[in-house]
Amino acid sequence: MMPSATLLGQALISGVLAGGMYGLLALGLSLSWGLLRLVNLSHFALAFLAAYLTYEMGTTYHIDPWWSVLLIVPAMFAIGLVQHWIFDRFKVNELASLLITFSFAVMLEVGIQLYWTADYRRFETHYATWSIKAGPFYIPVLELILCLVAGVLAWGTWLWLRKTYVGKALRASAEDADIAAAYGVDHKKLAYLLSGLGAAYAGVAGTFIALIATLAPAQIWAWLGVVFAVVIIGRLGNPLGALFAGMLIGASESIAMAILSPAWAPVVSFSVLIAILLWDPEWS
Amino acid sequence: MSKGMGASRRRTFLGGALAATAGLVAAPAILRAAPSGKPVRVGGTLSLTGFLAQTAVIHKIASEIMVEEINSRDGFLGRPVEFILLDDQSKPDVARSLYEKLITVDKVDLIQGPYATAPILAAMGVAQRYGKVMIQSSMGIPKLQTYDMAFPATPFGPEPDKSYPNVILDAMATLSPAPKTMVVLTSKFPSAQFMAQGMRVEAEKRGVKVPLYLEYEAGNRDFGAIAARVKEANADFLWVGSLGLESNQILEALRKLDYKPKNSFHLYPAPGPLALSPDGNLVWSSTFLEPDEPFMSRPGMKKIAELYKERATKANLPYPIIDAQAAGMVSEWQILEQGVNGAKSLEDKQIAAWLKKNVVTTIYGPTKFDGLYNHGAPAQLIRQVQNKEWKVVWPKDLAAPGVKLIGG
Repeated sequence: MMPSATLLGQALISGVLAGGMYGLLALGLSLSWGLLRLVNLSHFALAFLAAYLTYEMGTTYHIDPWWSVLLIVPAMFAIGLVQHWIFDRFKVNELASLLITFSFAVMLEVGIQLYWTADYRRFETHYATWSIKAGPFYIPVLELILCLVAGVLAWGTWLWLRKTYVGKALRASAEDADIAAAYGVDHKKLAYLLSGLGAAYAGVAGTFIALIATLAPAQIWAWLGVVFAVVIIGRLGNPLGALFAGMLIGASESIAMAILSPAWAPVVSFSVLIAILLWDPEWS
Repeated sequence: MSKGMGASRRRTFLGGALAATAGLVAAPAILRAAPSGKPVRVGGTLSLTGFLAQTAVIHKIASEIMVEEINSRDGFLGRPVEFILLDDQSKPDVARSLYEKLITVDKVDLIQGPYATAPILAAMGVAQRYGKVMIQSSMGIPKLQTYDMAFPATPFGPEPDKSYPNVILDAMATLSPAPKTMVVLTSKFPSAQFMAQGMRVEAEKRGVKVPLYLEYEAGNRDFGAIAARVKEANADFLWVGSLGLESNQILEALRKLDYKPKNSFHLYPAPGPLALSPDGNLVWSSTFLEPDEPFMSRPGMKKIAELYKERATKANLPYPIIDAQAAGMVSEWQILEQGVNGAKSLEDKQIAAWLKKNVVTTIYGPTKFDGLYNHGAPAQLIRQVQNKEWKVVWPKDLAAPGVKLIGG
């Protein structure tokens, strides 16, 4: 039976908004991979640490997430700096970064489990299920805010990388660190800034994860596959690409759920990835 | 002479009777001597880390309580019980290796089954190879338990995919108006999928149409599109083969579309969060017991329920109330205790033979292992959230006092 236009439209809205989360999670990962040549698997664990901190502050100390994010994001930025100090101190290369950040993610997962237990946690808010009615469609408010925040961060980062000296210097270093250094670019200092920024974006993503998703330590790994696909489709180091790729994957998954079966959703993201790699369009 | 002898005997008898009476009064202290000697070592694994950990921690707490309880009685054959618990990380291959190690390296006397179908199946292969009795409480697909010395501690019955859907359909038939259409939505987690397929078949057999049957991957992140399909189908009844917080996520996704199912059933939800959720009122779920009458009158239940609440609260579990998960592990230990002490042996074959011939009293009541796949009669019930608490509502004779099933 063919799905109705309302069902398809609603699925498209849900998918694009869900893709906002993919894009937001992909943002920091794409920057560190593309511009620092470090594949930071602990990005997901940092996002979940931020989510658990949001949960803890909200449930134990009754701090609204919109305020707790002001504490969490700087804390994550600091963690990003420490993490980069380790990479720098031990001269970690791209391949080694995979292993080291994987270990860091596992340690964070164990730490989260020790403190918050392995049980599912859910941060209940009165606005979690708010929606805006637009004709026959419903637009979930939280997911819409998430998409707007992801859009602002992606657009701002894109502008920063293209229009400012620091951004241009970072891109130049990623192209050829030695030549950039010859022009006076201090790649090491800029790398610290970028690493902190990536972790801070994980902090923002974590706040929304706490508000939208279910928390369990093992969930850290649930986003890994799809976000990697998003980073590659969106092109490494391209913040806007990450966001658009996230929305593309989210929409594709959601339409597959509406037309075929929900069980097909995971197949879709990787099929899109393979198709785009084979097609190799100019923007990818 | 004889009279004097008689008086002396009488005094001796009276003295003996007094001593015996005093002894009986002080029985808990004197007759129930603490178990002594070399401990009986029982080995097992639980998924203390990994994706099953949130439920396995409940089994761990129940195990600790039961080992203490058994040791406060007579242990196993008068010897103390020592439980060697290892973490299988929610991975069947790890469970398999650890059971191999427990039996061949640690040389445990007995084993207990792990948590969840996949680790149980992995451990069962090892148990079969070494001829060990294995009792398990959470294998939701009984037909996979083909090992002759494996025993179920939870009364799913041999064919829950046929028996339990009919319990639900019986309850549905009492609603006014009785639901005529049903959406079946399920996780692809094997035991949930198995029950969902059964629900679909049995519903159609009894004239309840299933216009939409959907399966989603375990760990699905976004329920928006699924909710849109459920809303569009707009059936009288929503059956969800959910695990953990998936039920909350599905109901929230439906509320975002301004849709509330008229009646909904949830297979294995996280009980606390669903009961407390604004979307949870009047939802149905599966259970085998709840901490209410008539279950609280079962031997030992009250004490175990209190101990569980105390330990689970201390362990910071969000729902520190005993339910079918914890009760399953309690039942596992009750079966092993009665099997060992009944057979008067630690020999696995003798324990298995005794269990097959006798009725065991567990937290679930009298339990037999004389049916298909060593299962006894099914005893799955329906509970419903009423005033933010789970209450057994079906069958009527086991419903909590003063509580009845309410239609949406």
